[in-house]
Amino acid sequence: MEMQKMKLVVIGNGMAGIRAVEELLKIAPDLYDITVFGAEPHPNYNRILLSPVLAGEQALQDIILNDFDWYEQNKICLHTSKKVIKIDRKAREVIADDGTRQAYDRLLMATGSNPFILPIDGATLNGVLTYRDIYDTEQMIEASAKYKQAVVIGGGLLGLEAANGLRLRGMDVTVIHIMPWLMERQLDQTASAMLQKSLAQKGLQFRLEAHTQSLQGNAAGEVVAVQLKDGELIPAQLVVMAVGIRPNTVLAESCGLHCNRGLVVNDTMQTYDPRIYAVGECVSHRGVAYGLVAPLFEQAKVAANHLALFGIGRYTGSLTSTKLKVTGVDLFSAGNFAGGEDYEEIVLADPGAGVYKKLVLKDDKLVGAVMYGDTVDGAWYYQLLRDETNIAAMRERLMWGESNLGDVGHQGQNKAAVMLDSAEVCGCNGVCKGAIVKAIKDKGLFTLDEVRKHTKASSSCGSCTGLVEQILMFTAGGDYSEAPKKKAMCGCTDHTHQEVRDAIRKEHLLTIPQVQQFMHWRTPNGCASCRPAINYYLLSTWPHEAIDDPQSRFINERSHANIQKDGTYSVIPRMWGGHTNSGELRRIADVVDKYHIPTVKVTGGQRLDLLGIKKEDLPAVWKELDMPSGHAYAKALRTVKTCVGSEWCRFGTQDSTKMGQELERALWRMQAPHKVKLAVSGCPRNCAESGIKDVGIIGVESGWELYVGGNGGIKTEVAQFFCKVKTHQEVLEYSGAFLQIYREEGWYLERTVHYINRVGLDYVKAKVVEDAANREALWARLQFTLDGEPDPWHEPERAGVDLKQFIPIAVVA
Amino acid sequence: MPFTPVCSLNDIPALGARRYVRDDGLTIAVFRGEGDKIFALNDKCPHKGGPLSQGIVYGETVACPLHNWCISLKDGTASLPDIGVTERFAVRVVNDVVELDPWSQDLTSIADASLTTK
Repeated sequence: MEMQKMKLVVIGNGMAGIRAVEELLKIAPDLYDITVFGAEPHPNYNRILLSPVLAGEQALQDIILNDFDWYEQNKICLHTSKKVIKIDRKAREVIADDGTRQAYDRLLMATGSNPFILPIDGATLNGVLTYRDIYDTEQMIEASAKYKQAVVIGGGLLGLEAANGLRLRGMDVTVIHIMPWLMERQLDQTASAMLQKSLAQKGLQFRLEAHTQSLQGNAAGEVVAVQLKDGELIPAQLVVMAVGIRPNTVLAESCGLHCNRGLVVNDTMQTYDPRIYAVGECVSHRGVAYGLVAPLFEQAKVAANHLALFGIGRYTGSLTSTKLKVTGVDLFSAGNFAGGEDYEEIVLADPGAGVYKKLVLKDDKLVGAVMYGDTVDGAWYYQLLRDETNIAAMRERLMWGESNLGDVGHQGQNKAAVMLDSAEVCGCNGVCKGAIVKAIKDKGLFTLDEVRKHTKASSSCGSCTGLVEQILMFTAGGDYSEAPKKKAMCGCTDHTHQEVRDAIRKEHLLTIPQVQQFMHWRTPNGCASCRPAINYYLLSTWPHEAIDDPQSRFINERSHANIQKDGTYSVIPRMWGGHTNSGELRRIADVVDKYHIPTVKVTGGQRLDLLGIKKEDLPAVWKELDMPSGHAYAKALRTVKTCVGSEWCRFGTQDSTKMGQELERALWRMQAPHKVKLAVSGCPRNCAESGIKDVGIIGVESGWELYVGGNGGIKTEVAQFFCKVKTHQEVLEYSGAFLQIYREEGWYLERTVHYINRVGLDYVKAKVVEDAANREALWARLQFTLDGEPDPWHEPERAGVDLKQFIPIAVVA
Repeated sequence: MPFTPVCSLNDIPALGARRYVRDDGLTIAVFRGEGDKIFALNDKCPHKGGPLSQGIVYGETVACPLHNWCISLKDGTASLPDIGVTERFAVRVVNDVVELDPWSQDLTSIADASLTTK
């Protein structure tokens, strides 16, 4: 026999109430039969995103948080369009306006708030609206299609978002505000002035320190104008009152629950009736009623914990921070931003550039912050504020934000990478970076939507979306394998890449098993991360001596083609310096026809990519193309991109095409820790994009400039100036020597930029540019390495290509 | 179902694999793992269908070439935190000849996995 479950009734189908239900289902899914009453006809939606809906940037269906299916799946009985009008606490029963009765063992009240209506003449005229729910929003959208002039009373967060939305829908909008500056509860006067200026540029008009006396209507009972106390009459066919909200406690008071500017609760979110809990905007906790979403969610979590009978959560109040959701306006405020006596202020003001930042300090702690224009560091300041971090040591750099603190390694490391795991990313849902990273790794998440689904981060107000994307990019990465950041090479050993490199050289190790034995590998034959690295270290340290192990290479380097998502391969033949001719093109065309190659694409490296080739066809395709391998599949020299140069170009100062071809012929078949790309431009106009290449060369009147360490990957890195030389031969020698030192010292999967940042550009210059003897030796070692290196497409036996791999095995007859 | 000889042990590179295409088009990957142990799995990663035969083999595991999921050669299951399983096939070595039963799809591993992930 099944035990009778307890009955939980939730009054209010909004964000706070349903969040509490979600939290409860997470920890005690089978404890209650749950019934929810909602006065609106909709399922739970995201009230915060009404502004983007009004502004036409999102559709209504986009802001639904829990659709009707969700209630059904969780066996929740949902009553929409039913307002609870009575709570019988003695009989433990609620009664709705249609007569529905529902008994409860526990009751959760989340009745939210009501907009405050100014008690002035004309407040009940048609066309006078508040801004609270979907209905209000739909009314405003409808009105904006019919009428031209609107007045918004109230220059706070909500009022400005409403005004902005109506303006975007084509109305002339005037904002009437009783205070001397806009958003005075979140902004100081300076930041507010900048905000006002930017909103004025969007076409909004303002009346500050203005008192509304009455609203005037016509005979039909429609509003036509707003009368101010100073006599001004502003014509308006739509008036939106956004002057504040009041906790909705009508029902609570009617059943005798103690209310005082909100339904009073203790730290467990319990009202004076122990069977009744309350969360959300209807609540007064320690004398404070919150109107922002983050505190409500914290409350929901605590209430759920107690409803689940766990009894361990306490809500002790929230610090709040604010972001305005007006596209194109970046604004952040938190804590005590006003300052005053006993407080110190650090201020950065650049009104011309539209940037203003003010940090308020007390006793070496950050207590408040206002930012306008540049709000990237908002989350970080908020964290310092909440944690009451002592900032004495970083005081002079505090203003410049988190990314300017300490030595974070190489330039351009993004904010997501330097954030602490405990740092909060999504303020609305209280999600910290660590939780997001864990979900991405554990669940293999790849898209923003997936992260939203699994963590709820960025699913409420959306202002942290950029940061969540950064974390996603940083965590999921762009390569199939992870970059060598950790100390130990992989789980098979505690040794670092450097230690393995050093041992191979010092002990003259020549095979992977030798290395693993000598360095006491924990696994019998390594793993998919360490084997390719060791294989590369052996080959680059002992050329012509160490023997390649194809089984320790990623499939692309084993089959000498690029595997695609469907298991077919792509083939990119080499075109020296991006040059081709009719014979090559004819052969390519014939191969494409003969092998039914579905896609031919021009690559960014000035070559042609043939995509969708079956593995069985690869050897024949290579043979019939009769062109060298492009090594587009390898950690090796890929292309040397060139511009047309002095041979044709009227601006060209150097023959960049010839230079590029000489480089490519000198360096092709060169393996490296990661892919290597070069470019040669014939003049400083730099049409070959030398600035984002591992080695970029730019022709000038008097010779060639060399740049190193650029790439155009996930994080674009601009190449740094390396040296200037005169002749083609010098370009070859300096470029080759630089690449050789990178080959000898770089860690596997480390691009040139990361190698340079690790060892320092000055070190590389000292070894290559300043030390002529060393440069010549490096260049000679590279040439020795490449001497006699076979082309795997045309000399597969010599290159050790396993040809059996191309043919499936079959039943022996 | 009968075992049929498909190749000699040395036709499969050490820590490598070969593909066997069944009459109906299904590709079976035959692996040679640590200590010359032979395994056979459906040549499809449970993640996005990547050809496991093309992955790097180590110990009794293969790393899928598409997104680096690590699949156990013994029972076809993905290493945590990834969740998924690929069918295994009966295979044995007799006098250095690899014998495969291409119709011996073993679904019990899949049933086991679905129980544990519940």
